[in-house]
This record gives sequence, structure tokens and C-alpha cells, in this order.
Amino acid sequence: MDIFVQQLVNGLTLGAVYAIVALGYTMVYGIIQLINFAHGELVMIGAMVAFTVINALAAGGLPPLAVVLIGTACAVPVCMLVGYAMERLAYRPLRQAPRLAPLITAIGVSIVLQHLAMLVWSRNVLAFPQIIPLTTYTFAGAVVTGVQLTIVGLCFAMMAGLALLVYRTRLGTAMRATAQNPQVARLMGVDVNRVIAATFIIGAALGAVAGVMFGTYYGVAQYTMGSVLGLKAFAAAVLGGIGNVPGAMVGGLVLGVVEALGAGYIGDFTDLCHYALLAEALGERCADGGHFVLFGSNYQDVFAFVVLILVLVFRPSGLLGERVGDRA
Amino acid sequence: MNRGKLLWAGVALVAVTLLLLPFALSYAGTAWVRIANFAMLYVLLALGLNIVVGFAGLLDLGYIAFYAVGAYVYALLASPQFGLHLPFWVILPIGAAVAALFGVMLGAPTLKLRGDYLAIVTLGFGEIVRIFLNNLSQPVNITRGPQGIAGIDPVRLAGVDFSRTDTVLGAAFSGPMKYYYLLLLLLLAIVLINVRLQNSRIGRAWEAIREDEVAARAMGIDTTGMKLLAFAMGASFGGVAGGMFAAIQGFISPESFVLVESVMVVSMVVLGGMGNVAGVILGALLLAFVPEFLRWTVEPVQQALFGKMLVEPEVIRMLIFGLALVLVMLFRPAGVLPSAVRKRELTHDRAS
Repeated sequence: MDIFVQQLVNGLTLGAVYAIVALGYTMVYGIIQLINFAHGELVMIGAMVAFTVINALAAGGLPPLAVVLIGTACAVPVCMLVGYAMERLAYRPLRQAPRLAPLITAIGVSIVLQHLAMLVWSRNVLAFPQIIPLTTYTFAGAVVTGVQLTIVGLCFAMMAGLALLVYRTRLGTAMRATAQNPQVARLMGVDVNRVIAATFIIGAALGAVAGVMFGTYYGVAQYTMGSVLGLKAFAAAVLGGIGNVPGAMVGGLVLGVVEALGAGYIGDFTDLCHYALLAEALGERCADGGHFVLFGSNYQDVFAFVVLILVLVFRPSGLLGERVGDRA
Repeated sequence: MNRGKLLWAGVALVAVTLLLLPFALSYAGTAWVRIANFAMLYVLLALGLNIVVGFAGLLDLGYIAFYAVGAYVYALLASPQFGLHLPFWVILPIGAAVAALFGVMLGAPTLKLRGDYLAIVTLGFGEIVRIFLNNLSQPVNITRGPQGIAGIDPVRLAGVDFSRTDTVLGAAFSGPMKYYYLLLLLLLAIVLINVRLQNSRIGRAWEAIREDEVAARAMGIDTTGMKLLAFAMGASFGGVAGGMFAAIQGFISPESFVLVESVMVVSMVVLGGMGNVAGVILGALLLAFVPEFLRWTVEPVQQALFGKMLVEPEVIRMLIFGLALVLVMLFRPAGVLPSAVRKRELTHDRAS
């Protein structure tokens, strides 16, 4: 039971980060039906910039919280700039092109960003300096760290802020109008290009924060971290219903929990020695408390993809979405 | 000379060049024959992917998974791993069939979905295959995990061992040279299949699906079946290429089947011109030789200018790929050698 609660806590933390990254995908998709393949790289760049700043300030004697905040404050504008440049140079010229075209440029942008990051930050795994003192709380038998609480709290605050932005401001109204029908939105006086650029920039800012959180949570960053994280966040966005802002939040949290619980229990579930009939057949491999584990926790990364495929097959509109995958 | 004769003269010239090329290359060193072989493997892969991406318009970002499946099928059936040593001509069809099965497995759940979902799912699929290859060393050791499988049998056909040098009529045929001719034969077959497919009923159906799936279905095309067929055929070519890769290398590990390789094959197809066989071959050759080209230029130039290596050729290669993908899409969306259909679309000349 303790393990269950513990994995639930870990899963929620991870899921909150996925949710923030997924928001970047879902907002862009909602407005121009483009999968911004390079979004994961924005997260990576956010983590990298924050790493550089935090590393430089770590010895300066500033309070740890201030160091992380300054790191985030530097990462966010950099990512916003990269996000804007990406939209302007690689996606805007192709807005009328066939769907395959912007997807291919997105892959190109992602490769270029990844390898530029490699040139700047080397191909090594970068370890964040351990400046945040480890505070732990015990809750229902699970150990919760201060960082985890902060991440989850911050994610919920950001989701609430974004929901306010989308549903309560002029920009949000313009975004929703553009998502529904760009031509009509333009006729109503919405500067569509500007709204789309704003969407990319907001998504990039969220991605940057997610990158900092991911980096400080795991304590490491590497130039390749963006692609898998991006894929999982995309899976989360699809799970929640792509194009749907609350959906991305739910999808992220669910995926994080599924992944953590899955990784925690798959070893037990697929240990054939737990099943009396099979254990007998396997004989000595199961004797003396031996194990015959088919799939261990090293299959953790598979869950997100399996969830993605299952959702696409059985409920393409996701948990909360009405938008359908094959909507033209 | 009329055009027909000129064409045949051209074909004959290319054929003679291709036949004599390994001799010329082996003067420069056997390494060059190997490089040519790998370039041909990439051409095989690119032509396989061209069926899926170019003809049917389904962007597959996990294509390397089929290459991996083909390679592992060959490795498991012809290596000390399980003590099996089946002959080459038995394994290659099995590899192609298993890869095709994987292609259908991938295609089936994504059939209803639009292209961009498919891209992500295929990408995830490629990763899943790699994760499995990496971890299937437990509890039963199937793939030996990250260590990879070594000691894979070379090709033995009609008593000819492809790992040894033979002398025929006074000319020495080294192992890589024999593989060169075998690959050339395979390549010829696959080029023929590609060209014939393009102008067949199936090829036209794929083209119709690519351009407008709803309209294609309205015209009575079995879109589901056709898409699955594209996946299966593309995958089986990948499987054949993978089998050849395993035989030539003698060693395979999951390292060889990473996402970057998938992206590389996609780049070849896109750069050369999706859907155009000649363009895809050109794209594959261009990109396959880029690393070699960089090895001969970037390293010496950097050594001369800075006295040390600042930027590894590998990184430059990837930057070139990435930029090429973006620039081609922006300025020449149909590729270096566009297919006739795509060219027609781009110039809005629908009269023909």
C-alpha cells in the first residue's frame, strides 16, 4: 500500500510536468491543427538555459529559491524567442501547404535545435547543482519532497492562469475564435497571425517552465531529453483530447500516474512465478523465491506509447475532447 | 541517333559503370566498396519508405523499426545465438514477411487517423521496437539486449561464401565486392517493383488516397486495404534491407536502429523528391555520402584553421539534415527531382 501511495505521488508530480508540456502541444494544435514536433526541444532548451544560470549562481550565496527563479526568468524569454522564431520561419510560410510539409519542417527544426544545443551544452548529461535543501513530509505512508509539492502547486497555478487567459481575456477570445474559423476571425478584426504567434509564445513559455521543473526534479538535463518528453506529453495531449485545454491537464496527470504505477507494478504482474500454474511449469526458476519477470520497470517508456495507441484506436477524441482525430 | 537509341545507350553506360564500379573503388581501398554497399542499403531503405511516404502519402517516422526487425530475424536465424544457421534464401523471405506483419500491426490501429497522428504513432512504434530489442535479454535471452548479436553468418549462395575472396577468371572478388553485386541485384529488383507499382492500378489508388482520401473512397477504392498494403510492402523492403545489413555487418545491436536513422531515411525521400524513384535514389545517395564527404573536408579544414576539432562531422551532418528538411519544404517542397504528378500540382498545369 505504501508503495502504491508513493508511486501515486511520484506519478502526479511527473504528470503535472507532462500536463504543462502537453498544454503547449494542444494550444498550437487547437489553433492551427499542427503538431509542433519541435515543442519538446523548447522544453530541453528551457532546462539547459536554467542549468547554465543556476550553475553560475549556485556558488554566489543567493537563497536557493531566488537562484531557481532567476534561472526560470532567463529560460522563459529564451524559449519564447525560439518559439516565435520557429513559428515565423518554419511554420508560417507553410500555413497553406499540404499537411505533410509543416510536419517535415518541424522534424527539421527539432533536429537543428537538438544539435545546436549539443554544440552549446555538450553531449554530456549535465547534473544540476544540489542547492535546494531536501525537505520531506510524510503523508499517508508516502514521502513527499518540497520540490514535488512546489512542482504540483505551480503546475496547477499555471493551468488556472492559462484557463483564465483562454476563457476570460480578449487574447483568449481571439484565440478561440481563430481556432474555430480563422477566415471569419480575420473578418471580425482579429489579427490572426499575431494570435497564432502569441499561442506559440505562450506554449514556449510553459515549455520553458516545464523544462526547469523537470531539470530540478530529476537533477539532470541532456540535449536529447526533449524528444522523449515531448512524445509523452503529446501522448498526454491526445489522451485528454487534443486541442482541448482542460483535456491536456487531465491527460498529463493521468499519463503520469499510469506510467508511475505501471513501472511500479509491471514487474510483479508479469512475474510468472506469482501464478501457481505457471510457477509449477517453470519449476526450478521459481524455487526459493525466484522470479521470472517478463517485463520489468525498464519498459516504463513504453506505457505512454501504448496509451497513445489505445486512445487513438478506441477513443480518438480523447477523454474530454470533442475534436476527432480525423476531422478535416 | 533518335531518342530511343540514346536512351538505351545511356542505360548501357550506367549499367557498365555500375558493374565496373567496385573494381575502381577497390583500387582506392576496400573501405570504399563498403561505403558504396551502405549507400545501396540506404537506397533500398529509401525506396521502401518511398512506397509509404511518397506513393501513399503516409508519413512513417518509425521506418527503421522494420529494418531492425529484418536484421534481428536474420541474426536470430543465422548465428550462434540459438545455434540456427538457416540459408540466406530461406531467411530473407522470412525477414520480409515478419517485417510486413509488423507493418500491418502498425498500420491497422492508425488507419482511421490523419497523417500527423500517424507520424507520431509510427515514431512511438519505432521507439517501442527499440526498447524491446534493448530489454528482451530477460528473462529469456532472445536479443542479448544492448550487447547485440555477434557472429552472424555471412551470405552463402550456391556454394559461394560472401565473406571470403575468390578469384574468378584472374579477377579477385573480395567479400564486399560480392555483396555489392548482390545488393545491386536486389536494388534492381526493388527499383523495377517501384517503377511498375507507380503506374499500376495499385499505384494510382495510392496516389488517389494521398491526394484526397474521401474522394478516393467515393471512387470505390478500398482505402483501408490499400493503406495496409502500402505499409506491408514498405515494411517488407525495410526487412530485406535489414537482413542484408545483418549479413554484411556480422554484428547488430539496438544502437543501429535509433530514431536518427529513421529521420535520415525520411530526409532522403523528402530531399530527393517524394514519390519519384529517381529522385529518391539521388536523395539517398547524396545523404549517404554526406558523412564521408564531411570526413574528408570538415576535419582537415578545422585542423588547419583552429588546430583542433571544434565541431564533430557527426553534428554537422545532423545540422545539414535538419536544415535540408526545412529548406526543401520551404523552397522546393517537391524535392530536388520532383515526381511528375507533384510537379504538375505545383505549377497548376492540370491540362495534362
